[in-house]
Amino acid sequence: MRAPNANEILLQVEGVALAFGGVRALRDVSFNVRKGEIRAIIGPNGAGKTSMLNVVNGFYHPNHGAITFKGRTRAKMQPFEAARGGIARTFQNVALFKGMSALDNIMTGRTLKVRRGLLWQALRYGPALAEEIEHRRKVEEIIDFLEIETIRKVPVGRLPYGLQKRVELGRALAMEPDLLLLDEPMAGMNVEEKEDMSRFIVDVNNHYGTTITLIEHDMAVVMDLSDRVAVLDHGVKIADGTPDEVKRSQAVIDAYLGVAH
Amino acid sequence: MAGGGSYDTFPKLLLRNTAQFGTRPALRHKDLGIWQSWTWAEVAEIIRSYAAGLHRLGLRPGETIAVVGSNRPKLYWTMMAAQTLRAIPVPVYSDAVADELAFVLAHAEATLVAAQDQEQVDKVLSVSDRLPQLNKIVYDEPRGLDGYDHSRLIAIGDIIEDGRTALAAEPTLGEQIDESIRAGNGSDIAVILYTSGTTGAPKGVMLSARNCIDAAIDTTRFDRLTDKDVVLAYLPLAWAGDHYVSYVQGLVAGYCMACPESSDTIEQDRHEIGPTFYLAPPRIFEAMLTRLMVRMEDAAPIKRRLFSYFLDVAQRYGEQVLTGRPVPLSGRLIYALGRWLVYEPLKNVLGLSQVRVAYTGGEAIGPDLFAFYRSIGLNLKQLYGQTEAFLYVTCQPDGEIYPDTVGPPAPNVDIRIAETGEVQFRSPGMFLGYFKDQGKTADAMTSDGYVRTGDAGFFDEKTRHLKIIDRAKDVGRLADGTMFAPKYLENKLKFYPNIKEAITFGDSREFVCAMLNIDPVAVANWAERNNVAYGSYQELAGHPLVYDMVAKDVAAVNRSLAGETVLAGAQIRRFLILHKELDADDGELTRTQKVRRRFIAERYASLVTALYNGAHDADISTEVTFEDGRKGTIAARVKIRDMQIVGPAKSLGRAA
Repeated sequence: MRAPNANEILLQVEGVALAFGGVRALRDVSFNVRKGEIRAIIGPNGAGKTSMLNVVNGFYHPNHGAITFKGRTRAKMQPFEAARGGIARTFQNVALFKGMSALDNIMTGRTLKVRRGLLWQALRYGPALAEEIEHRRKVEEIIDFLEIETIRKVPVGRLPYGLQKRVELGRALAMEPDLLLLDEPMAGMNVEEKEDMSRFIVDVNNHYGTTITLIEHDMAVVMDLSDRVAVLDHGVKIADGTPDEVKRSQAVIDAYLGVAH
Repeated sequence: MAGGGSYDTFPKLLLRNTAQFGTRPALRHKDLGIWQSWTWAEVAEIIRSYAAGLHRLGLRPGETIAVVGSNRPKLYWTMMAAQTLRAIPVPVYSDAVADELAFVLAHAEATLVAAQDQEQVDKVLSVSDRLPQLNKIVYDEPRGLDGYDHSRLIAIGDIIEDGRTALAAEPTLGEQIDESIRAGNGSDIAVILYTSGTTGAPKGVMLSARNCIDAAIDTTRFDRLTDKDVVLAYLPLAWAGDHYVSYVQGLVAGYCMACPESSDTIEQDRHEIGPTFYLAPPRIFEAMLTRLMVRMEDAAPIKRRLFSYFLDVAQRYGEQVLTGRPVPLSGRLIYALGRWLVYEPLKNVLGLSQVRVAYTGGEAIGPDLFAFYRSIGLNLKQLYGQTEAFLYVTCQPDGEIYPDTVGPPAPNVDIRIAETGEVQFRSPGMFLGYFKDQGKTADAMTSDGYVRTGDAGFFDEKTRHLKIIDRAKDVGRLADGTMFAPKYLENKLKFYPNIKEAITFGDSREFVCAMLNIDPVAVANWAERNNVAYGSYQELAGHPLVYDMVAKDVAAVNRSLAGETVLAGAQIRRFLILHKELDADDGELTRTQKVRRRFIAERYASLVTALYNGAHDADISTEVTFEDGRKGTIAARVKIRDMQIVGPAKSLGRAA
């Protein structure tokens, strides 16, 4: 279930700025993500959405500003630290191991949860085996949840794009994250696949109570799914609020319809 | 081997199985990627708790509980728990649209509904204002139901838990359950199965426990089924075939039923579980063969040659080897090699390696299709049955297999042919009547207690086996008097992998025409290999090259008809390929996927006219129902192709 206390802040982004040489990708962006909500970041191409996600999960380091996640403030963090801290993500261009089965791909999501050392795992005996069974159980629950039983043993390279996206979501879920970052989860999908994916995102949020931050181009999807929406344009946050508020914002309309800056 | 003996109800049989095979598996279900098992003893404990829980929910003897969903343990348990309380389970087709579901639930006066998942719960809730007697909905899979109003919704798992706690707390409750089982009587209605309704509204076929069990005792003996057998429960719960094979026969013989992981994984699950007894309607065997052929097209040349060579060998010797008739030594050797190289691997891929007895029924099977499976060593037999008979009317005994007959009467079944040519029977498993429908019950029975099947047939003089020609009302004659048996032609057409569905017209007409549906899997694969570009099913169906290819199949059917004196005049003169797939949601197929000929003739009347007025194309616009219940229209111009009639000159002269 969705957390009853929706006012608890899980992630606070404060005055973040990011520049690549002369290109200022993000300029003084602040926003927060409440625990248990679905938070969308939208904006035209090149608005800095993916950069924002990359800053949150430690892939980029901001030039200014601070990020507070679960009450801990830090400016710099490595991606693996973010992962350990409970941030999982999917990528705009599916980043799976093409030659491995869907099952094995999702199993990799459990890597950080493995407690036994390399030697135990290599022996695959006793406690290591028991542990692997436990992880497999979690993964099977996710497979059941995402309804991908049929493709469990299929190498992901052979799957259609929509299913690959679903496997990638499965891998992120396998981490049992507190915050799930989805980078354009519906890019390149047809209407039916989009509907499926939307349903899974809502179900993840409902069932696991996972807080979700997503970037998306498809406005209709964003407005349906999200509790709150932040709009970026040219690295600046131009609007923030409920879908209805954002839809009415003149700045957003201008950004999307194109007005001379 | 086990029989029913003095056990005249299912709850009593369950107790017997617990005592007799307590530690043997009763049920398997693939869940979380693993086959989970329950022994008879474990199932009995669950059923007892579940029944206690349902009793506390207010389920009383004689009340009905509908079961909507696919083959999942908790849904089978619902039936068993209901019967423990002397209530009546009513399985309903899970792909029924909301209106059909509402009709059955209202007609059956269900006070409880056991629904598989959110989809089914939504469907029931959407029509709940039409169901005043409905008290609660119980469900199996909780996913997605978190936000629902739980005043009327309860998880089956919670009911079982509640029953278990209550049983531990109040000993009187346990006594009540025991008393209910003791009070159970063979003449109680065990289940109501709604027929899919080729004509009109569904009818509720009432079956008594005693009749179900008696019928199953006979057939388990007939095929020597024991507690060591395994079946895969994958057919619709509401179909008599599944209820018979998975539930009733399982309880009677004490064998294990395996539930697949999901409806999409049946092939994989069948492969893993290796059923020993297998029942499937012809279309499933057809689909298996189609997929097999498609995969062979993509195989390496050497494999393709090996395959076609040994298929020829199988055609020559397979049937004789299977029935144990004499075969020359060379034939025996080459067949043995074929078995090792091709047939066994093939059966393994299809998940049929362990099958000892397989039946096909529900519809006539194409003789070539039937021969194919038998030739590779699958003991496939035909049965002829009806929901009203609780499945078996006739079935072929081992070693007496003729592709064009459905076998002699099943054990203890009495069959006669009425003067009209209609097949009538009396059987141990015979139904008690239609629920709340005296009139229809009277129509279906003769005054001396035989059931009218509505099928035309006769006993073959040589073999004394029953031959079914067609539905009595479907067999017709061409204008010149040539016999026209539509289903016979359609089955011939459907043998070709490219053709998924066929409807032929000809009764009282000058000549025979056909409407075809291409098989999207087979034709799409062909299109890919031949660089045929298309954007939709409609475009593919209308493609000239597809027409050319299908025309070859139709020509082959005509050639084979030319060889049969009676039917040579009924060759197909003209055909068209429909622009959309026939669909049960549009009412074109029944829920058991049989074509509804009359309905299709009306719906596509403009196309039928065009087939007979010599036009080369025709416009059609039809309303379609999407999966979510929305409606839309598809318009298309459909082309019509003329065919050549093949000699013998005599019949050609007569037809022309």
